[in-house]
Amino acid sequence: MSTDTILSFEEAMEKYDPVLGFEVHVELNTRTKMFSSAPNVFGDEPNTNVNEVDLGMPGVLPVVNRTAVESSIKIGLALNCKIAESCRFARKNYFYPDTPKNFQTSQYDEPIAYDGYLDVELEDGTVFRVEIERAHMEEDAGKLTHMGGATGRIHGADFSLVDYNRAGVPLVEIVTKPIQGAGSRAPELAKAYVAAVREIVKNLGVSDARMERGNVRCDANVSLRPHGRERFGIRSETKNVNSLRAVEHAVRYEIQRHAAVLEAGEPVIQETRHWHEDTRTTTSGRAKSDADDYRYFPEPDLVPVVPSREWVEELRASLPEPPAERRKRLKADWGYSDLEFRDVVNAGVLDEIEETIAAGASASVARKWWMGEIVGRAKAADVDPGQLGVQPATIVELATMVEDGKINNKMASQVLDGVLAGEGTPAEIVEKRGLAVVSDDGPLLEAIDAALAAQPDVADKIRGGKVQAIGAIVGGVMKATRGQADAGRVRELILEKLGVTA
Amino acid sequence: MAAINRDDVAHLARLAHIEMSDQELDRMAGELAVIVDAVKSVSQAAGDDVPATSHPIPLSNVFREDVVGHTFTAEQALSGAPDSDDNRFKVPAILDED
Repeated sequence: MSTDTILSFEEAMEKYDPVLGFEVHVELNTRTKMFSSAPNVFGDEPNTNVNEVDLGMPGVLPVVNRTAVESSIKIGLALNCKIAESCRFARKNYFYPDTPKNFQTSQYDEPIAYDGYLDVELEDGTVFRVEIERAHMEEDAGKLTHMGGATGRIHGADFSLVDYNRAGVPLVEIVTKPIQGAGSRAPELAKAYVAAVREIVKNLGVSDARMERGNVRCDANVSLRPHGRERFGIRSETKNVNSLRAVEHAVRYEIQRHAAVLEAGEPVIQETRHWHEDTRTTTSGRAKSDADDYRYFPEPDLVPVVPSREWVEELRASLPEPPAERRKRLKADWGYSDLEFRDVVNAGVLDEIEETIAAGASASVARKWWMGEIVGRAKAADVDPGQLGVQPATIVELATMVEDGKINNKMASQVLDGVLAGEGTPAEIVEKRGLAVVSDDGPLLEAIDAALAAQPDVADKIRGGKVQAIGAIVGGVMKATRGQADAGRVRELILEKLGVTA
Repeated sequence: MAAINRDDVAHLARLAHIEMSDQELDRMAGELAVIVDAVKSVSQAAGDDVPATSHPIPLSNVFREDVVGHTFTAEQALSGAPDSDDNRFKVPAILDED
Protein backbone atom coordinates (compact mmCIF):
# COMPACT_ATOMS: atom_id res chain seq x y z
CA MET A 1 0.00 0.00 0.00
CA SER A 2 1.53 3.26 -1.07
CA THR A 3 1.56 6.22 1.24
CA ASP A 4 0.59 9.50 -0.31
CA THR A 5 2.21 12.81 0.39
CA ILE A 6 -0.26 15.15 1.96
CA LEU A 7 -0.31 18.82 2.77
CA SER A 8 -1.51 20.12 6.09
CA PHE A 9 -5.19 20.96 5.96
CA GLU A 10 -4.49 24.61 6.77
CA GLU A 11 -2.01 24.98 3.95
CA ALA A 12 -4.36 23.20 1.54
CA MET A 13 -7.08 25.65 2.48
CA GLU A 14 -4.79 28.61 2.03
CA LYS A 15 -4.08 27.65 -1.56
CA TYR A 16 -7.17 25.84 -2.78
CA ASP A 17 -10.94 25.93 -2.77
CA PRO A 18 -12.62 22.52 -2.35
CA VAL A 19 -15.65 21.43 -4.35
CA LEU A 20 -17.62 18.44 -3.06
CA GLY A 21 -20.22 16.10 -4.44
CA PHE A 22 -22.01 13.16 -2.84
CA GLU A 23 -23.81 10.08 -3.96
CA VAL A 24 -25.70 8.63 -1.05
CA HIS A 25 -27.35 5.23 -1.46
CA VAL A 26 -30.30 4.58 0.81
CA GLU A 27 -31.61 1.04 1.23
CA LEU A 28 -35.37 1.08 1.63
CA ASN A 29 -36.98 -1.02 4.37
CA THR A 30 -39.75 -2.46 2.23
CA ARG A 31 -40.85 -5.99 3.03
CA THR A 32 -39.86 -7.21 -0.42
CA LYS A 33 -37.33 -6.36 -3.09
CA MET A 34 -37.54 -3.73 -5.81
CA PHE A 35 -38.55 -6.04 -8.62
CA SER A 36 -39.26 -9.39 -6.95
CA SER A 37 -41.39 -10.64 -4.07
CA ALA A 38 -38.41 -12.16 -2.24
CA PRO A 39 -38.00 -10.76 1.30
CA ASN A 40 -35.80 -7.76 1.98
CA VAL A 41 -34.22 -8.92 5.23
CA PHE A 42 -30.73 -8.33 6.56
CA GLY A 43 -28.60 -11.07 8.06
CA ASP A 44 -30.38 -14.22 6.89
CA GLU A 45 -28.65 -17.38 5.69
CA PRO A 46 -26.89 -16.74 2.34
CA ASN A 47 -28.94 -17.17 -0.84
CA THR A 48 -32.22 -17.89 0.92
CA ASN A 49 -33.94 -14.54 0.21
CA VAL A 50 -33.79 -15.00 -3.53
CA ASN A 51 -36.01 -16.22 -6.32
CA GLU A 52 -35.70 -16.48 -10.07
CA VAL A 53 -35.92 -12.71 -10.62
CA ASP A 54 -33.06 -11.90 -8.22
CA LEU A 55 -30.90 -14.60 -9.79
CA GLY A 56 -31.53 -13.23 -13.28
CA MET A 57 -32.82 -16.46 -14.72
CA PRO A 58 -33.79 -16.48 -18.38
CA GLY A 59 -37.31 -15.36 -19.22
CA VAL A 60 -38.22 -13.88 -15.84
CA LEU A 61 -40.06 -10.58 -15.61
CA PRO A 62 -39.49 -7.94 -12.93
CA VAL A 63 -42.48 -6.11 -11.40
CA VAL A 64 -42.03 -2.81 -9.56
CA ASN A 65 -42.75 -2.68 -5.82
CA ARG A 66 -45.42 -0.01 -5.24
CA THR A 67 -44.24 0.75 -1.72
CA ALA A 68 -40.68 1.30 -2.95
CA VAL A 69 -41.98 3.87 -5.45
CA GLU A 70 -43.92 5.58 -2.66
CA SER A 71 -40.84 5.66 -0.44
CA SER A 72 -38.79 7.10 -3.30
CA ILE A 73 -41.34 9.85 -3.88
CA LYS A 74 -41.35 10.63 -0.15
CA ILE A 75 -37.57 10.94 -0.15
CA GLY A 76 -37.77 13.20 -3.20
CA LEU A 77 -40.37 15.41 -1.54
CA ALA A 78 -38.43 15.58 1.74
CA LEU A 79 -35.43 16.76 -0.31
CA ASN A 80 -37.57 19.48 -1.87
CA CYS A 81 -37.35 17.83 -5.29
CA LYS A 82 -39.72 17.94 -8.21
CA ILE A 83 -41.35 14.56 -8.84
CA ALA A 84 -41.25 13.40 -12.45
CA GLU A 85 -44.54 13.36 -14.34
CA SER A 86 -43.26 10.21 -15.97
CA CYS A 87 -40.04 8.27 -15.57
CA ARG A 88 -38.60 4.96 -16.65
CA PHE A 89 -36.01 2.42 -15.67
CA ALA A 90 -32.81 1.70 -17.54
CA ARG A 91 -30.26 -1.07 -17.66
CA LYS A 92 -26.77 -0.24 -16.51
CA ASN A 93 -24.67 -2.92 -18.12
CA TYR A 94 -21.54 -4.29 -16.50
CA PHE A 95 -19.98 -7.64 -15.92
CA TYR A 96 -19.18 -8.40 -12.32
CA PRO A 97 -20.41 -11.25 -10.14
CA ASP A 98 -22.33 -8.97 -7.75
CA THR A 99 -25.13 -8.90 -10.31
CA PRO A 100 -26.23 -12.20 -11.80
CA LYS A 101 -28.07 -10.38 -14.61
CA ASN A 102 -24.98 -8.60 -15.96
CA PHE A 103 -26.84 -5.34 -15.54
CA GLN A 104 -28.26 -3.30 -12.70
CA THR A 105 -31.79 -2.03 -13.15
CA SER A 106 -31.55 1.67 -12.43
CA GLN A 107 -32.79 4.99 -13.74
CA TYR A 108 -30.70 7.04 -16.13
CA ASP A 109 -32.21 9.88 -18.14
CA GLU A 110 -35.48 10.03 -16.20
CA PRO A 111 -35.01 9.95 -12.41
CA ILE A 112 -38.16 9.93 -10.28
CA ALA A 113 -37.05 13.06 -8.35
CA TYR A 114 -34.85 15.98 -9.41
CA ASP A 115 -33.89 19.59 -8.70
CA GLY A 116 -34.13 19.73 -4.92
CA TYR A 117 -32.14 21.04 -2.00
CA LEU A 118 -31.40 20.28 1.61
CA ASP A 119 -30.58 22.89 4.22
CA VAL A 120 -27.85 21.40 6.38
CA GLU A 121 -27.16 22.78 9.81
CA LEU A 122 -23.53 22.82 10.94
CA GLU A 123 -22.62 22.42 14.60
CA ASP A 124 -22.49 26.13 15.33
CA GLY A 125 -25.92 26.65 13.79
CA THR A 126 -24.74 27.89 10.38
CA VAL A 127 -27.12 26.69 7.68
CA PHE A 128 -25.61 25.58 4.37
CA ARG A 129 -27.83 24.79 1.39
CA VAL A 130 -26.87 21.68 -0.59
CA GLU A 131 -28.48 21.46 -4.03
CA ILE A 132 -29.82 18.05 -4.99
CA GLU A 133 -29.37 17.05 -8.62
CA ARG A 134 -31.55 13.95 -8.53
CA ALA A 135 -32.79 10.98 -6.56
CA HIS A 136 -33.38 7.86 -8.56
CA MET A 137 -34.62 4.32 -7.96
CA GLU A 138 -32.44 1.28 -8.45
CA GLU A 139 -31.58 -2.07 -6.93
CA ASP A 140 -28.75 -3.17 -4.69
CA ALA A 141 -26.18 -5.75 -5.76
CA GLY A 142 -25.18 -9.03 -4.12
CA LYS A 143 -22.45 -9.27 -1.53
CA LEU A 144 -19.03 -10.59 -2.49
CA THR A 145 -16.58 -11.99 0.04
CA HIS A 146 -13.06 -12.26 -1.28
CA MET A 147 -11.32 -15.38 -0.09
CA GLY A 148 -7.73 -16.52 0.06
CA GLY A 149 -4.74 -14.46 -0.94
CA ALA A 150 -2.08 -13.07 1.29
CA THR A 151 -3.89 -10.02 2.61
CA GLY A 152 -7.51 -11.00 2.28
CA ARG A 153 -7.99 -7.89 0.18
CA ILE A 154 -9.22 -8.24 -3.33
CA HIS A 155 -5.78 -7.88 -4.92
CA GLY A 156 -4.56 -11.09 -3.36
CA ALA A 157 -7.85 -12.98 -3.52
CA ASP A 158 -8.01 -16.42 -5.07
CA PHE A 159 -11.77 -16.57 -5.40
CA SER A 160 -14.92 -14.86 -4.22
CA LEU A 161 -18.10 -16.14 -2.61
CA VAL A 162 -21.37 -14.49 -3.59
CA ASP A 163 -24.56 -14.09 -1.56
CA TYR A 164 -27.46 -12.66 -3.55
CA ASN A 165 -29.75 -11.95 -0.59
CA ARG A 166 -29.03 -8.24 -1.02
CA ALA A 167 -29.41 -8.37 -4.82
CA GLY A 168 -32.57 -6.51 -5.75
CA VAL A 169 -33.05 -4.69 -2.43
CA PRO A 170 -34.62 -1.30 -3.28
CA LEU A 171 -32.20 1.61 -3.30
CA VAL A 172 -32.62 5.32 -3.75
CA GLU A 173 -29.47 7.06 -4.91
CA ILE A 174 -29.33 10.73 -3.99
CA VAL A 175 -26.91 12.81 -6.05
CA THR A 176 -25.92 16.36 -5.15
CA LYS A 177 -24.94 19.12 -7.52
CA PRO A 178 -21.33 20.30 -7.04
CA ILE A 179 -21.12 21.86 -3.59
CA GLN A 180 -19.12 25.08 -3.67
CA GLY A 181 -18.21 27.63 -1.07
CA ALA A 182 -17.82 25.34 1.94
CA GLY A 183 -14.15 26.29 2.26
CA SER A 184 -12.44 24.92 5.34
CA ARG A 185 -15.76 23.65 6.63
CA ALA A 186 -15.98 21.12 3.78
CA PRO A 187 -15.19 18.07 5.98
CA GLU A 188 -17.70 19.19 8.61
CA LEU A 189 -20.32 19.87 5.94
CA ALA A 190 -19.73 16.43 4.44
CA LYS A 191 -20.51 14.78 7.75
CA ALA A 192 -23.47 17.05 8.43
CA TYR A 193 -24.95 16.43 4.98
CA VAL A 194 -24.84 12.65 5.27
CA ALA A 195 -26.17 12.89 8.83
CA ALA A 196 -29.06 15.05 7.60
CA VAL A 197 -29.94 12.62 4.80
CA ARG A 198 -29.79 9.72 7.22
CA GLU A 199 -32.00 11.54 9.67
CA ILE A 200 -34.53 12.39 6.97
CA VAL A 201 -34.93 8.86 5.65
CA LYS A 202 -35.15 7.53 9.21
CA ASN A 203 -37.75 10.14 10.09
CA LEU A 204 -39.75 9.24 6.97
CA GLY A 205 -39.68 5.62 8.12
CA VAL A 206 -38.56 4.49 4.65
CA SER A 207 -35.18 3.10 5.71
CA ASP A 208 -33.70 1.56 8.84
CA ALA A 209 -30.87 4.04 8.17
CA ARG A 210 -28.26 1.97 10.00
CA MET A 211 -24.93 2.91 8.48
CA GLU A 212 -23.13 -0.01 10.12
CA ARG A 213 -25.40 -2.32 8.14
CA GLY A 214 -24.91 -0.41 4.92
CA ASN A 215 -28.46 0.99 4.86
CA VAL A 216 -26.94 4.39 4.09
CA ARG A 217 -23.73 4.45 2.07
CA CYS A 218 -21.80 7.41 0.82
CA ASP A 219 -19.49 7.99 -2.12
CA ALA A 220 -17.66 11.30 -1.67
CA ASN A 221 -16.33 13.32 -4.59
CA VAL A 222 -13.63 15.87 -3.89
CA SER A 223 -11.82 18.27 -6.19
CA LEU A 224 -9.71 21.36 -5.61
CA ARG A 225 -9.25 24.52 -7.62
CA PRO A 226 -7.08 27.55 -6.92
CA HIS A 227 -8.98 30.32 -5.15
CA GLY A 228 -10.78 32.53 -7.63
CA ARG A 229 -10.89 30.01 -10.44
CA GLU A 230 -14.33 28.99 -11.66
CA ARG A 231 -13.45 25.79 -13.50
CA PHE A 232 -13.52 22.68 -11.31
CA GLY A 233 -10.41 20.64 -10.74
CA ILE A 234 -10.23 16.92 -11.46
CA ARG A 235 -12.09 14.90 -8.86
CA SER A 236 -11.57 11.67 -7.05
CA GLU A 237 -14.45 9.52 -5.85
CA THR A 238 -13.97 7.83 -2.50
CA LYS A 239 -16.27 4.84 -2.36
CA ASN A 240 -18.28 3.37 0.47
CA VAL A 241 -17.43 5.74 3.26
CA ASN A 242 -19.83 4.20 5.67
CA SER A 243 -19.83 6.11 8.91
CA LEU A 244 -20.40 9.77 9.63
CA ARG A 245 -16.96 10.15 11.15
CA ALA A 246 -15.36 8.45 8.15
CA VAL A 247 -17.11 10.84 5.74
CA GLU A 248 -15.55 13.80 7.52
CA HIS A 249 -12.11 12.20 7.66
CA ALA A 250 -12.17 10.98 4.06
CA VAL A 251 -13.04 14.41 2.69
CA ARG A 252 -10.35 16.03 4.81
CA TYR A 253 -7.77 13.47 3.69
CA GLU A 254 -8.62 13.81 0.00
CA ILE A 255 -8.35 17.61 0.23
CA GLN A 256 -4.90 17.25 1.76
CA ARG A 257 -3.82 14.65 -0.80
CA HIS A 258 -5.07 16.60 -3.81
CA ALA A 259 -3.35 19.72 -2.52
CA ALA A 260 -0.03 17.90 -2.30
CA VAL A 261 -0.42 16.51 -5.83
CA LEU A 262 -1.24 19.95 -7.21
CA GLU A 263 1.59 21.59 -5.27
CA ALA A 264 3.99 19.11 -6.84
CA GLY A 265 2.78 20.35 -10.23
CA GLU A 266 1.17 17.04 -11.08
CA PRO A 267 -2.34 16.38 -12.36
CA VAL A 268 -4.87 14.77 -10.06
CA ILE A 269 -5.91 11.44 -11.50
CA GLN A 270 -9.63 10.94 -11.92
CA GLU A 271 -10.12 7.68 -10.10
CA THR A 272 -11.95 5.70 -7.51
CA ARG A 273 -10.36 5.76 -4.04
CA HIS A 274 -10.85 3.24 -1.27
CA TRP A 275 -11.24 4.48 2.29
CA HIS A 276 -9.33 2.72 5.06
CA GLU A 277 -10.75 3.31 8.49
CA ASP A 278 -7.68 1.90 10.29
CA THR A 279 -5.14 4.28 8.78
CA ARG A 280 -7.62 7.04 7.92
CA THR A 281 -6.26 7.22 4.41
CA THR A 282 -7.46 6.41 0.92
CA THR A 283 -5.74 4.27 -1.67
CA SER A 284 -6.11 4.21 -5.41
CA GLY A 285 -8.86 1.97 -6.72
CA ARG A 286 -9.14 1.96 -10.43
CA ALA A 287 -8.82 4.79 -12.89
CA LYS A 288 -11.89 5.88 -14.81
CA SER A 289 -11.54 4.03 -18.06
CA ASP A 290 -13.58 2.55 -20.82
CA ALA A 291 -14.74 -0.03 -18.27
CA ASP A 292 -17.14 2.72 -17.16
CA ASP A 293 -19.00 2.44 -20.44
CA TYR A 294 -22.29 1.18 -19.04
CA ARG A 295 -24.25 1.35 -22.31
CA TYR A 296 -27.46 2.41 -20.56
CA PHE A 297 -30.63 1.70 -22.44
CA PRO A 298 -34.32 1.78 -21.47
CA GLU A 299 -35.39 -1.35 -19.57
CA PRO A 300 -37.71 -3.16 -21.99
CA ASP A 301 -39.27 -5.37 -19.29
CA LEU A 302 -40.66 -2.50 -17.18
CA VAL A 303 -43.24 0.07 -18.16
CA PRO A 304 -42.90 3.75 -17.19
CA VAL A 305 -43.80 4.97 -13.71
CA VAL A 306 -46.26 7.85 -14.00
CA PRO A 307 -47.02 9.19 -10.53
CA SER A 308 -50.35 11.03 -10.63
CA ARG A 309 -50.32 14.51 -9.11
CA GLU A 310 -53.00 13.33 -6.67
CA TRP A 311 -50.75 10.53 -5.46
CA VAL A 312 -47.80 12.89 -5.07
CA GLU A 313 -49.88 15.41 -3.12
CA GLU A 314 -51.31 12.67 -0.94
CA LEU A 315 -47.78 11.57 -0.09
CA ARG A 316 -46.67 15.15 0.49
CA ALA A 317 -49.53 15.64 2.95
CA SER A 318 -48.47 12.49 4.82
CA LEU A 319 -44.86 13.57 5.36
CA PRO A 320 -43.77 13.92 8.99
CA GLU A 321 -42.38 17.20 10.29
CA PRO A 322 -38.82 17.65 8.99
CA PRO A 323 -36.23 16.84 11.72
CA ALA A 324 -34.59 20.28 11.64
CA GLU A 325 -37.93 22.06 12.08
CA ARG A 326 -38.93 19.69 14.81
CA ARG A 327 -35.74 20.45 16.74
CA LYS A 328 -36.37 24.17 16.43
CA ARG A 329 -39.91 23.75 17.72
CA LEU A 330 -38.94 21.49 20.63
CA LYS A 331 -36.13 23.78 21.76
CA ALA A 332 -38.53 26.73 21.88
CA ASP A 333 -41.26 24.69 23.62
CA TRP A 334 -38.96 23.30 26.26
CA GLY A 335 -37.08 26.51 26.96
CA TYR A 336 -33.67 24.83 27.06
CA SER A 337 -30.53 26.89 26.56
CA ASP A 338 -28.48 26.32 23.38
CA LEU A 339 -25.98 24.27 25.34
CA GLU A 340 -28.61 22.21 27.16
CA PHE A 341 -30.40 21.46 23.92
CA ARG A 342 -27.23 20.54 22.06
CA ASP A 343 -26.26 18.15 24.86
CA VAL A 344 -29.68 16.52 24.67
CA VAL A 345 -29.38 16.12 20.88
CA ASN A 346 -25.85 14.77 21.11
CA ALA A 347 -26.86 12.32 23.82
CA GLY A 348 -29.57 11.03 21.46
CA VAL A 349 -32.45 11.40 23.92
CA LEU A 350 -34.60 13.92 22.05
CA ASP A 351 -37.39 11.40 21.39
CA GLU A 352 -37.21 10.08 24.93
CA ILE A 353 -37.49 13.51 26.49
CA GLU A 354 -40.36 14.39 24.19
CA GLU A 355 -42.20 11.23 25.24
CA THR A 356 -41.50 11.86 28.91
CA ILE A 357 -42.90 15.38 28.68
CA ALA A 358 -45.91 14.03 26.81
CA ALA A 359 -46.42 11.59 29.69
CA GLY A 360 -46.71 14.50 32.10
CA ALA A 361 -43.22 15.49 33.26
CA SER A 362 -42.04 19.09 33.07
CA ALA A 363 -39.32 19.89 30.52
CA SER A 364 -36.73 20.46 33.24
CA VAL A 365 -37.61 17.27 35.13
CA ALA A 366 -37.47 15.23 31.92
CA ARG A 367 -34.05 16.66 31.07
CA LYS A 368 -32.77 16.14 34.63
CA TRP A 369 -33.74 12.46 34.58
CA TRP A 370 -32.52 11.62 31.10
CA MET A 371 -29.30 13.63 31.15
CA GLY A 372 -28.54 13.27 34.85
CA GLU A 373 -29.53 9.68 35.52
CA ILE A 374 -30.18 7.60 32.44
CA VAL A 375 -27.50 8.70 29.95
CA GLY A 376 -24.74 7.83 32.41
CA ARG A 377 -26.22 4.40 33.13
CA ALA A 378 -26.54 3.75 29.37
CA LYS A 379 -22.92 4.71 28.84
CA ALA A 380 -21.85 2.32 31.60
CA ALA A 381 -23.91 -0.45 29.99
CA ASP A 382 -22.58 0.52 26.53
CA VAL A 383 -26.05 0.86 24.99
CA ASP A 384 -28.10 3.74 23.61
CA PRO A 385 -30.10 5.51 26.35
CA GLY A 386 -33.37 4.53 24.69
CA GLN A 387 -32.36 0.88 24.80
CA LEU A 388 -32.32 0.75 28.59
CA GLY A 389 -36.10 0.50 28.40
CA VAL A 390 -36.96 3.26 30.87
CA GLN A 391 -40.62 4.10 30.36
CA PRO A 392 -41.76 7.74 30.36
CA ALA A 393 -44.42 6.79 32.92
CA THR A 394 -41.70 5.53 35.28
CA ILE A 395 -39.95 8.88 35.23
CA VAL A 396 -43.22 10.72 35.80
CA GLU A 397 -43.99 8.44 38.75
CA LEU A 398 -40.53 8.94 40.27
CA ALA A 399 -40.65 12.69 39.78
CA THR A 400 -44.10 12.86 41.38
CA MET A 401 -42.93 10.92 44.42
CA VAL A 402 -40.02 13.30 44.87
CA GLU A 403 -42.28 16.34 44.48
CA ASP A 404 -44.72 14.95 47.03
CA GLY A 405 -41.86 14.42 49.45
CA LYS A 406 -42.43 10.66 49.60
CA ILE A 407 -38.85 9.97 48.60
CA ASN A 408 -35.82 12.18 48.11
CA ASN A 409 -33.65 12.43 45.00
CA LYS A 410 -31.11 9.97 46.29
CA MET A 411 -33.79 7.38 46.93
CA ALA A 412 -35.40 8.06 43.55
CA SER A 413 -32.09 7.19 41.92
CA GLN A 414 -32.03 3.91 43.85
CA VAL A 415 -35.61 3.20 42.82
CA LEU A 416 -34.61 3.72 39.18
CA ASP A 417 -31.87 1.12 39.66
CA GLY A 418 -34.56 -1.19 41.01
CA VAL A 419 -36.78 -0.57 37.99
CA LEU A 420 -33.88 -1.31 35.63
CA ALA A 421 -33.13 -4.48 37.59
CA GLY A 422 -36.71 -5.58 36.97
CA GLU A 423 -37.86 -5.36 40.58
CA GLY A 424 -41.19 -3.81 39.63
CA THR A 425 -42.83 -0.40 39.44
CA PRO A 426 -41.40 2.53 41.43
CA ALA A 427 -44.23 2.25 43.99
CA GLU A 428 -43.55 -1.46 44.46
CA ILE A 429 -39.83 -0.87 44.87
CA VAL A 430 -40.33 1.93 47.39
CA GLU A 431 -42.54 -0.47 49.34
CA LYS A 432 -40.22 -3.47 49.03
CA ARG A 433 -37.04 -1.60 49.82
CA GLY A 434 -38.76 0.44 52.51
CA LEU A 435 -37.46 3.64 51.02
CA ALA A 436 -40.17 6.17 51.88
CA VAL A 437 -39.15 9.42 53.57
CA VAL A 438 -40.79 9.28 57.00
CA SER A 439 -42.66 12.54 57.30
CA ASP A 440 -45.66 11.21 59.20
CA ASP A 441 -45.16 12.46 62.77
CA GLY A 442 -46.63 9.32 64.37
CA PRO A 443 -43.74 6.93 63.72
CA LEU A 444 -41.29 9.81 64.38
CA LEU A 445 -42.73 10.52 67.82
CA GLU A 446 -42.40 6.86 68.74
CA ALA A 447 -38.78 6.87 67.63
CA ILE A 448 -38.15 10.12 69.54
CA ASP A 449 -39.64 8.71 72.74
CA ALA A 450 -37.44 5.65 72.38
CA ALA A 451 -34.33 7.77 71.74
CA LEU A 452 -35.03 10.04 74.74
CA ALA A 453 -35.63 7.03 76.99
CA ALA A 454 -32.40 5.47 75.81
CA GLN A 455 -30.37 8.59 76.65
CA PRO A 456 -32.06 10.22 79.66
CA ASP A 457 -28.93 12.22 80.55
CA VAL A 458 -28.87 13.86 77.14
CA ALA A 459 -32.58 14.65 77.48
CA ASP A 460 -31.89 16.36 80.78
CA LYS A 461 -29.09 18.46 79.28
CA ILE A 462 -31.43 19.68 76.55
CA ARG A 463 -34.11 20.48 79.09
CA GLY A 464 -31.46 22.39 80.96
CA GLY A 465 -30.83 24.61 77.93
CA LYS A 466 -27.91 22.75 76.29
CA VAL A 467 -29.73 22.58 72.95
CA GLN A 468 -26.55 21.62 71.03
CA ALA A 469 -26.74 18.19 72.69
CA ILE A 470 -29.81 17.48 70.57
CA GLY A 471 -27.58 15.95 67.86
CA ALA A 472 -27.28 12.70 69.81
CA ILE A 473 -31.07 12.29 69.98
CA VAL A 474 -31.58 13.23 66.32
CA GLY A 475 -28.88 10.72 65.45
CA GLY A 476 -30.69 8.04 67.39
CA VAL A 477 -33.95 8.76 65.60
CA MET A 478 -32.27 8.74 62.19
CA LYS A 479 -30.64 5.44 63.01
CA ALA A 480 -33.93 3.94 64.11
CA THR A 481 -35.66 5.09 60.91
CA ARG A 482 -32.72 3.96 58.74
CA GLY A 483 -32.07 7.47 57.52
CA GLN A 484 -35.55 7.97 56.16
CA ALA A 485 -36.71 10.67 58.54
CA ASP A 486 -36.62 14.35 57.75
CA ALA A 487 -33.90 15.45 60.20
CA GLY A 488 -35.20 19.02 60.43
CA ARG A 489 -38.66 17.83 61.42
CA VAL A 490 -37.16 15.43 64.00
CA ARG A 491 -35.34 18.31 65.65
CA GLU A 492 -38.52 20.40 65.85
CA LEU A 493 -40.46 17.53 67.38
CA ILE A 494 -37.78 16.82 70.01
CA LEU A 495 -37.70 20.45 71.11
CA GLU A 496 -41.50 20.54 71.21
CA LYS A 497 -41.58 17.36 73.25
CA LEU A 498 -39.07 18.68 75.79
CA GLY A 499 -40.76 22.09 75.92
CA VAL A 500 -37.61 23.92 74.87
CA THR A 501 -37.50 26.80 72.43
CA ALA A 502 -34.35 26.80 70.42
CA MET B 1 -23.07 1.29 -43.90
CA ALA B 2 -23.48 1.45 -40.12
CA ALA B 3 -20.63 2.80 -38.01
CA ILE B 4 -19.61 -0.46 -36.32
CA ASN B 5 -15.92 -0.93 -36.85
CA ARG B 6 -13.40 -3.39 -35.58
CA ASP B 7 -12.42 -1.13 -32.64
CA ASP B 8 -16.04 -0.97 -31.47
CA VAL B 9 -16.26 -4.73 -31.39
CA ALA B 10 -12.93 -5.02 -29.57
CA HIS B 11 -14.19 -2.50 -27.00
CA LEU B 12 -17.41 -4.43 -26.42
CA ALA B 13 -15.51 -7.68 -26.16
CA ARG B 14 -13.29 -6.15 -23.47
CA LEU B 15 -16.30 -4.88 -21.53
CA ALA B 16 -17.89 -8.31 -21.69
CA HIS B 17 -14.67 -10.11 -20.72
CA ILE B 18 -14.80 -12.08 -23.98
CA GLU B 19 -11.55 -13.01 -25.65
CA MET B 20 -11.80 -12.69 -29.42
CA SER B 21 -9.23 -13.46 -32.11
CA ASP B 22 -8.37 -10.98 -34.88
CA GLN B 23 -10.37 -13.00 -37.38
CA GLU B 24 -13.38 -13.06 -35.06
CA LEU B 25 -13.20 -9.31 -34.59
CA ASP B 26 -13.06 -8.73 -38.33
CA ARG B 27 -15.94 -11.08 -39.03
CA MET B 28 -18.09 -9.73 -36.16
CA ALA B 29 -17.55 -6.11 -37.22
CA GLY B 30 -18.90 -6.94 -40.66
CA GLU B 31 -21.87 -8.94 -39.33
CA LEU B 32 -22.89 -6.40 -36.71
CA ALA B 33 -22.79 -3.60 -39.26
CA VAL B 34 -25.23 -5.51 -41.45
CA ILE B 35 -27.52 -6.20 -38.48
CA VAL B 36 -27.56 -2.56 -37.40
CA ASP B 37 -28.37 -1.51 -40.93
CA ALA B 38 -31.24 -3.94 -41.02
CA VAL B 39 -32.69 -2.60 -37.76
CA LYS B 40 -32.18 0.94 -38.97
CA SER B 41 -34.61 0.37 -41.79
CA VAL B 42 -37.40 0.69 -39.19
CA SER B 43 -36.74 4.42 -39.08
CA GLN B 44 -37.74 4.66 -42.72
CA ALA B 45 -41.23 3.48 -41.80
CA ALA B 46 -41.65 5.88 -38.85
CA GLY B 47 -42.40 9.43 -39.85
CA ASP B 48 -41.47 12.59 -37.94
CA ASP B 49 -44.80 12.42 -36.12
CA VAL B 50 -43.87 9.16 -34.39
CA PRO B 51 -41.88 9.81 -31.18
CA ALA B 52 -39.13 7.49 -30.07
CA THR B 53 -40.35 4.93 -27.57
CA SER B 54 -38.96 2.12 -25.50
CA HIS B 55 -42.36 0.45 -25.15
CA PRO B 56 -44.73 -0.51 -27.94
CA ILE B 57 -47.73 -0.78 -25.59
CA PRO B 58 -49.08 2.36 -23.87
CA LEU B 59 -48.99 0.94 -20.34
CA SER B 60 -47.71 2.58 -17.18
CA ASN B 61 -47.72 2.05 -13.41
CA VAL B 62 -47.68 -1.73 -13.38
CA PHE B 63 -47.00 -2.32 -9.71
CA ARG B 64 -46.80 -5.20 -7.27
CA GLU B 65 -47.98 -4.91 -3.68
CA ASP B 66 -45.19 -5.19 -1.11
CA VAL B 67 -46.09 -8.72 -0.02
CA VAL B 68 -43.55 -11.50 0.42
CA GLY B 69 -43.86 -14.29 -2.12
CA HIS B 70 -41.86 -17.42 -2.78
CA THR B 71 -38.13 -17.88 -2.37
CA PHE B 72 -35.64 -20.57 -3.24
CA THR B 73 -33.73 -22.59 -0.69
CA ALA B 74 -29.98 -22.10 -0.87
CA GLU B 75 -29.72 -25.56 -2.46
CA GLN B 76 -32.20 -24.59 -5.17
CA ALA B 77 -30.50 -21.25 -5.71
CA LEU B 78 -27.14 -22.93 -6.14
CA SER B 79 -28.36 -25.91 -8.18
CA GLY B 80 -27.23 -24.38 -11.46
CA ALA B 81 -23.99 -22.92 -10.18
CA PRO B 82 -20.77 -24.31 -11.68
CA ASP B 83 -19.16 -24.09 -8.24
CA SER B 84 -20.24 -23.18 -4.73
CA ASP B 85 -18.95 -23.13 -1.18
CA ASP B 86 -20.62 -22.43 2.15
CA ASN B 87 -24.04 -21.95 0.51
CA ARG B 88 -22.63 -19.23 -1.71
CA PHE B 89 -21.73 -19.00 -5.38
CA LYS B 90 -18.01 -19.47 -5.90
CA VAL B 91 -16.50 -17.31 -8.63
CA PRO B 92 -12.97 -16.56 -9.79
CA ALA B 93 -11.47 -13.46 -8.18
CA ILE B 94 -11.77 -10.53 -10.53
CA LEU B 95 -8.92 -8.14 -9.99
CA ASP B 96 -8.80 -4.40 -10.26
CA GLU B 97 -12.50 -3.80 -9.95
CA ASP B 98 -14.47 -2.68 -6.98
